[in-house]
Amino acid sequence: MQPIGPFQESAVFIKNLNFSYDSRLILEDVNLDIFPLDSICVVGPNGGGKTTLVKLILGLLHPDSGTVQIYGGSPEDARLRMGYVPQYAQYDSSFPISVLEVVSMGCLGRSFTGRYSREDRAQAMDSLEETGLADIAGRPFASISGGQRQRVLIARALAAKGDILILDEPTANIDHESEMHFFELLTRLNQRMIILMVTHDVGFASTFFKRIACVNKQVKIHPTSALTGDMIREMYGGDQQMIRHDHCCGPEGHTYG
Amino acid sequence: MGDFLTVILDPDLPFLRYALLTGIFASIPFGVIGTFVVVRRISYIAGAIAHCVLGGIGLGLYLEKGMGVGWFGPIQGAVLAALLAASVLAVVSRHAKQREDSVIGALWAVGMAVGLLFIAKTPGYVDPMSYLFGNILLVGKNDLLFVLALDVLVFGAVWIFYNKFLAICFDEEFARLRGVSTGWFYLFLLCLTALTIVLLVRVVGIVMVIALLTLPAAVAGNFSRNIFQMMLVAVLFCVFFVVTGLGLSFSLDLPSGPVIILVAAVVYLCTMVFERLRH
Repeated sequence: MQPIGPFQESAVFIKNLNFSYDSRLILEDVNLDIFPLDSICVVGPNGGGKTTLVKLILGLLHPDSGTVQIYGGSPEDARLRMGYVPQYAQYDSSFPISVLEVVSMGCLGRSFTGRYSREDRAQAMDSLEETGLADIAGRPFASISGGQRQRVLIARALAAKGDILILDEPTANIDHESEMHFFELLTRLNQRMIILMVTHDVGFASTFFKRIACVNKQVKIHPTSALTGDMIREMYGGDQQMIRHDHCCGPEGHTYG
Repeated sequence: MGDFLTVILDPDLPFLRYALLTGIFASIPFGVIGTFVVVRRISYIAGAIAHCVLGGIGLGLYLEKGMGVGWFGPIQGAVLAALLAASVLAVVSRHAKQREDSVIGALWAVGMAVGLLFIAKTPGYVDPMSYLFGNILLVGKNDLLFVLALDVLVFGAVWIFYNKFLAICFDEEFARLRGVSTGWFYLFLLCLTALTIVLLVRVVGIVMVIALLTLPAAVAGNFSRNIFQMMLVAVLFCVFFVVTGLGLSFSLDLPSGPVIILVAAVVYLCTMVFERLRH
């Protein structure tokens, strides 16, 4: 059942969206509606358009045709309501910056100069408390573990005080224990904000999320309970294909994964 | 070194005093901007801007000496060319991601070519050597004023917008999502870099700009936990390099630019070895 118009309460509303990159069609006729306190997991093969979809929602990319609305307005206007957690691996590991400084960046954009007020500092500390990082606030970002860095980036997104949390492959490269903590944290956060998470690991999807968006050029929404082997085969194009997807790391396969 | 002190204090020899003061005050923008250049990894962009400066110097010389234009000399030309190059590079990095290095390379060479052609057509003999390799001993009172103005500008801009500059260096995409106009701030950063480079050209010359811009910051990076510390330490190291280099060049009777650079390089090498041994 496709939505026919922006519902009063929908937070993210995407209608008939098409996007292509270098004349290659990445997303075709996408329709997606996300409601307050929703938790939605975006899965699909590499190159299927997951990250592109996220960047369209964030307003970092613009659709060729169709609509993206966040709280009834443009993504640019709603940027301060969205907290974005990118993959931590993209950061320069020799950049001299403390955990607290990274988290404080979530408070940028509230003033012209970008200088932090007392409330901003308190907000950053609260976010560190919430993610269990208060005791390493002064440590260099480069010296902490992968799981901790991931949580620092979540704390930074929380310091932004948005009501939509968007995470891109947050479980990549973190160990099992960090993962458990991570989902406990997401469960708590979901009580006050929308969680939208990109992953290629379908196993996680079923345990926490209310809905799953399968992205492979087209976007299909399923309730988590409907996640079956047939569905996985359908979205990845069969088990054999799925294995091949994981190993076939062609340059075009990862660019817009 | 005793001789050096006597000469510094000699009221009849102002040039060495100017050189020393210029070196010390210029270390502020060198260290501060150098830190951004190192952490944002844009030393190639700095190199391209430096080489474009020769184009501006050539134009300035040609207009001043060839056409008799009084208000446009080498320094105006240098500032103009540096700012122009910075703007072009800011636009290019935004719109032509995959071609950026080609454009940097092209701009680098074209700046030099234009400068050499203008110099060739300028009447009278102009020695490009002092522009290519710099000579801090030629700086005068006006240069010192330029340095002080740049100190105020760089210090003020970075003081006010510290968090935004930090954010565009660490994570430009996130900064943009927080509503920071990253395109404009990047342009602003490149323009400050461009003005700093004009000053560097005066002190160590076009060819050695990158060394004095990046070595103090690279050394400081080994000892610093955050960008503010890195800037502070870089400024101190830069002062040390310039003063030691000047002193050595005076007592050994060698050109100042290369000596300053070698002092910096030796210290950089030592800190790298020290870091290796420590880990």
